[in-house]
Amino acid sequence: MGNILADNINRRSKRNKRFKGLIISGSIITVIPIFLIVINLIIKGVRQINLSFFTETSPDTFQAMTATANGEVIPGGIANGLVGSLIMVLLASALAIPTGLMTGVYLYENKKKRYASVIRSLTDVLQGVPSIILGIIAYIWIVKGVTRGYSALAGSIALAIMMLPIIVRSTEETLSMIPVQIREASFALGVPYYKMMIKVLIPCSFSGLATGILLSLSRILGETAPLMLTSLGSPGINLNIAKPSSAVPLLIWDFYNDPNMVSMVWSASLFLMIFVLSLNILSRSISKNRKYI
Amino acid sequence: MGGDRITKGLLFSSSLVLLLLSAGMIFTLASGAIPAFREFGGRFIFSSAWDPTPGKEQYGALAFIAGTMLTSLLALIICIPMAFSASLFVSEYYKGTRIASVLRSLVDLLAGVPSIVYGFWGFYTLRPLIMKTGLSDQGFGIFTASLILAIMIVPYATSLSSEIISMVSTEMKEAAYSLGATRREVIFNVVIPSAMSGIVASFILALGRALGETMAVTMLIGNANIIPKGLFSPGNTMASVIANQFGEADGLKMSALIAIGLILFAITALVNALGKVIIKRFA
Repeated sequence: MGNILADNINRRSKRNKRFKGLIISGSIITVIPIFLIVINLIIKGVRQINLSFFTETSPDTFQAMTATANGEVIPGGIANGLVGSLIMVLLASALAIPTGLMTGVYLYENKKKRYASVIRSLTDVLQGVPSIILGIIAYIWIVKGVTRGYSALAGSIALAIMMLPIIVRSTEETLSMIPVQIREASFALGVPYYKMMIKVLIPCSFSGLATGILLSLSRILGETAPLMLTSLGSPGINLNIAKPSSAVPLLIWDFYNDPNMVSMVWSASLFLMIFVLSLNILSRSISKNRKYI
Repeated sequence: MGGDRITKGLLFSSSLVLLLLSAGMIFTLASGAIPAFREFGGRFIFSSAWDPTPGKEQYGALAFIAGTMLTSLLALIICIPMAFSASLFVSEYYKGTRIASVLRSLVDLLAGVPSIVYGFWGFYTLRPLIMKTGLSDQGFGIFTASLILAIMIVPYATSLSSEIISMVSTEMKEAAYSLGATRREVIFNVVIPSAMSGIVASFILALGRALGETMAVTMLIGNANIIPKGLFSPGNTMASVIANQFGEADGLKMSALIAIGLILFAITALVNALGKVIIKRFA
């Protein structure tokens, strides 16, 4: 009898250990890709990154081919993509951040209203919409309807629609963590509503709001699919938002499709990833060091 | 009090933007899809023909619906053991320790890598590996795309299920331990049953992500407008066919692509809604 029990315990503890080993190895396998991707990009991409990588526009196929044939670094850089990305992201932020913040505040103030819960569900739906569909929408609305041709404006609209739900939800969630007493205290002093919002709600929840905004930015910076249908790309720097414009992810796509440019893809991807990941890490570290909440 | 009214009006009107945006999107997709549905009717969904030859144009979405479903479900199956181990690691075995937060940040970083970088990395590192196995000549196809997709959706599944697992009540776990259960038995008899619905929901939401993923899939699936014949056969998903063909499309073909967009929109919205309902109902 005692023997059987000991046997049983042995077997159970063995299975227990085996399972733990399984979980640990599964977790290690899960994070291996991030190391592989980062290491791969650094090894193959760092060679091309120099000052001219940021100041010159993208090379054409012929230049790239000659350079590769002579074993030189491909001339040119991603300046047209950088400028395009900057313009589109700024424009998208200008559209989405104020609207998103205000909608978030509205949802927070009108929690129980039926209308608010409809808006909340729509935000969820919007957040789940695949980005390529936002590309179709911006194409129909802006490329066909407004600018009569591919344009940076259309790209910005697609990106803005992507940012909006992220900001709305993070704003509402952040605000709902502020203690009610802080609001009530300012109302008790007779502060008008908008002042309470600007002087109390927003400062108190600043880090949370910043996290949401940075997260939404890091989401749209790497977006390629909607831009393929809207801003298309351009070989030179373009400052006119009614004209086609390049963006860093679009350049990666162009480089990828050109067999002479392979080393440019690695560098541009490396740059884009470092940029997006740092935004990501920054936003998470802000949310960790929150003061009030 | 005028200021108050203006502020409230402003807040309300910004929420209207969201309402109009959603309504406008659905309306635009639906009206853009009308010509294709008028031409092909219900056949559009159940036919896998895709022939843009002028004069005898034939469009059907079935091949792409099949491609999307196959890649996403396969990605989900590959993702489950990874996300499951990572969530147990973070929220059970090493809960609250430094190593858990390191692992969690690493998994979160996976969510920050842009889709096009995944596609490119998959093209140059995963594809050659698959070619070496001899299962596919070019290395493109459903399996390659699903593998990348699985890596891409792991962080979404992990963050939610680890949150749910960490909420399982300590009393219940301690009760099981006091009866002499091993950790594995506690996990299977207490943690998983009580966190089940949340775990399921997190995988459904991850599936919703996979359905709409475009760039990485486009770069790896092989872009063939056919119903995939096997795991290593090339195919196309709804998102990748739009990405590939929208630029040069007009007329009926454009409408067919918009109709595919509408179907994709409906499927992702349904899947996401299902995930959200499960979370609200049970977790």
